[in-house]
Amino acid sequence: MVALNVNGRTYQADVDARTPLLWVLRDTLGLTGTKYGCGIAQCGACTVHIGGVATRSCQVPISQVGSKQITTIEGLAQSSGAGNGILGKVQQAWLDNEVPQCGYCQSGMIMAAAALLKDKPNPTDADIDDAITNICRCGTYQQVRAAIHAAAKA
Amino acid sequence: MTHLSKIATISRRGFLIAAAAGGFSLGWRVPFGSSAAFATDADDPEINAWVVIKPDETVAIRIARSEMGQGTLTGLAQLVAEELGCDWSKVTTDYPTPGQNIARKRVWGNFSTGGSRGIRESNDYVRKGGAAARMMLVQAAANEWKVPATECSAANGAVSHAGSGRMLSYGKLAAAAAKLDPPSPGDIKLKDPKDWTIAGRPLPRLDTRPKLTGEQVYGIDLKLPGMLIAAIRDCPVYGGKVKSFDAAKVQNMRGVKKVVPVGETGVAVIADTFWNAKTAVAALPVVWDDGPNNSVTSDTIAAMLKEGLDAPEAFIGNKAGDVKAGLAGAAKVMEAEFAYPYQNHATMEPMNATARYTDDKCEVWCPTQNGEAALAATAEASGLPVAKCEVYKQLLGGGFGRRGRTDYVQQAVWIAKQMPGTPVKLIWTREEDMTHCGYHPITQCKMTGGLDAQGNLVALHMRISGQSILASLSPQSMKDGMDPVTFQGLNAGGAESAFGYDVPNLLIDHAMRNPPITAGFWRGVNTNHNAIYVESFIDELAHAAGQDPLEFRRKHLKPAHFAVLQAAADKAGYGKAPEGHFHGLAQVMGFGSYVAACAEVSVSRDGHLKIHKIVAATNCGHAVNPAQIERQVAGSFVYGLSAMLYGECTVAGGAIEQTNFDTYNVMRIDEMPVVESIIMPSGDFWGGVGEPTIAVAAPAVLNAIFAATGKRIRTFPLAKHDLRQT
Repeated sequence: MVALNVNGRTYQADVDARTPLLWVLRDTLGLTGTKYGCGIAQCGACTVHIGGVATRSCQVPISQVGSKQITTIEGLAQSSGAGNGILGKVQQAWLDNEVPQCGYCQSGMIMAAAALLKDKPNPTDADIDDAITNICRCGTYQQVRAAIHAAAKA
Repeated sequence: MTHLSKIATISRRGFLIAAAAGGFSLGWRVPFGSSAAFATDADDPEINAWVVIKPDETVAIRIARSEMGQGTLTGLAQLVAEELGCDWSKVTTDYPTPGQNIARKRVWGNFSTGGSRGIRESNDYVRKGGAAARMMLVQAAANEWKVPATECSAANGAVSHAGSGRMLSYGKLAAAAAKLDPPSPGDIKLKDPKDWTIAGRPLPRLDTRPKLTGEQVYGIDLKLPGMLIAAIRDCPVYGGKVKSFDAAKVQNMRGVKKVVPVGETGVAVIADTFWNAKTAVAALPVVWDDGPNNSVTSDTIAAMLKEGLDAPEAFIGNKAGDVKAGLAGAAKVMEAEFAYPYQNHATMEPMNATARYTDDKCEVWCPTQNGEAALAATAEASGLPVAKCEVYKQLLGGGFGRRGRTDYVQQAVWIAKQMPGTPVKLIWTREEDMTHCGYHPITQCKMTGGLDAQGNLVALHMRISGQSILASLSPQSMKDGMDPVTFQGLNAGGAESAFGYDVPNLLIDHAMRNPPITAGFWRGVNTNHNAIYVESFIDELAHAAGQDPLEFRRKHLKPAHFAVLQAAADKAGYGKAPEGHFHGLAQVMGFGSYVAACAEVSVSRDGHLKIHKIVAATNCGHAVNPAQIERQVAGSFVYGLSAMLYGECTVAGGAIEQTNFDTYNVMRIDEMPVVESIIMPSGDFWGGVGEPTIAVAAPAVLNAIFAATGKRIRTFPLAKHDLRQT
């Protein structure tokens, strides 16, 4: 049994200690907003916040998470102070700029952008280029950039 | 929705072939027939197959095509809503199932979603569906008020009577309207697009919000009671199969429920979680029978294609005059050879499908671009009649042509059949996905062009040597051994993909060479390399003629092809690039639309390429949602440029060598150019938008690279080349 804290709730998971956090979130806790894309920390679809830091959960064995607070896309709005059913600032900017196409990579994009904006409330284009290394095959990058700038101004 | 027995009247084999061919000239008629044959829910009256109006005024519009990010769901709903005259804020959408479509004599037409056909192919009948529903609602109001229908009008979700000022909402009229006979097709008049108020506008997509919160369920996210998860290993060598596997070695690993063969070529582990299934299948000892192809490499394939460049026999795709004589009489002859590699679609969501099999029923939940092909695959793999099968389409985490195939559906059914009654979700690892694709076909091309003394293009021979997609996926669709799809963007005329240049002596032909790696439809398909070959070489010819590439094209392009190029060049300030920046041009007609691009790049002395901006122009005939078209254009450039910059799948031992994004690189945000779109619909045809612009991104950038460096890149990906200036 592994104890973990996700989106402010404590869970017990009966999994092998080597199981990546991604698959504990998806298969054990049923939090499927965090996506599997590559399994080798290349694409960023599985990005969550661990202790406030954007992290690719496919490469984090559950045994290494310990008591750190994990925030997933499902908990992002609440963690940023928005109430139930209300979008967080980054998500609202994503909605206003109509970023998603298929949307599969967008949970990870949004989590990466939220972490960037926490570190750098007014990121430059170069900051965005450095921090957002997530892959989007639909090619939403232009809208992602616009939405991050919009969220910074919100 | 219980009339599946009607399927018995449809030949099973005919259905399977039609469904597999998906989109290739299926000869069905779209009826607007009475809903009487349908188990209408009294609370949610179905006005006709396309429109359900609920008492709370919610309008559920049925969408037959698959949404995979391209926005077709919203665009098709706009077209129906426009004719229906409903309140757009009340619109929701539903997918009818493929089984329902068969049971209702294909009332929703074609489910296949590829070839940028979603809107252009179905616009007429979905608009008529909306219009017919509006006429029935008007008639219902007229009946209620006992006035002629001609005195009533419909707008914004209500019918009003001018004479009396009476008004009834669609929600209140729906139950009565649903009982009326539909209008005869000849009486249905569509609006002039000039009068559109819902279609033609940049309305927000209907499906954005759940994609921002984690609520959106993709196929890979599906949960069913008692569901287990399977991970698979299919033979990595094309044409190979499983010789043996030792299930006992992994049977007792954590979470493992069963180890099963998957057809002749694969093995799968069914477990409680994906991680446990994947861990066990990776540890499973498998002996492969490689079959006949284990000595195939990229080099042997290249040699096979190279031979075709000068082979005497070739399928002719486009011909005018006498190319041999034209070249012989030319003042100057240019020649260039190109090569374009295999590429994987690499959808962000790996292939997956969930199946539940019993002796009496087989159900599949899957992301698919072709629901009916998935249904056909389900029937074939389960051995059950189509009437006992059903497919529930899930949102696709990317399609790009990959999910028009049904290999993963077939596998899921084979696996589930070995655990009857239990729903099993098959998820491919990224490694499985990278190595088992229908790859962008591999080709080489020899271009030979002749200029007269005035620098006019008087003769052009384009010899393509390489793989046919239809030979891989749909041999029954070939025409006398020829694959007409090979000539996308090169045809002599027609509404789909005509060659834009007037050349008096022209020969475009194809020496078909089919290596054993499966080829497939890959967003943009054959226009991608065809446009690179043509537009790069036209640029070479322009320079050889001592003419500006825009002016050279003006002399030789047909007007509709040149109009988009001129528009892109004008907006980009062609010829007036900032210091150190260079422009490149390209155009193509593909998927029914005319598109062009003007790219602006710089190349540093140490060879670093920066793509600053691309201006794109699209004439798609009618623009149903300009905001979504802009996004498709920008997105297509990411797809096309990723392919040109990095995309290559190489072959060794009959298997694909790239296994994940570390060896199959794609563009990230730091390489994204500014994309500006010009949408210039001429109003006289319906063209596609998901794919055509993908083909102009690469050649426009390549021509700009030449302008910057004097280097012609003719083999891909670009990452293999050194752009340093010495």
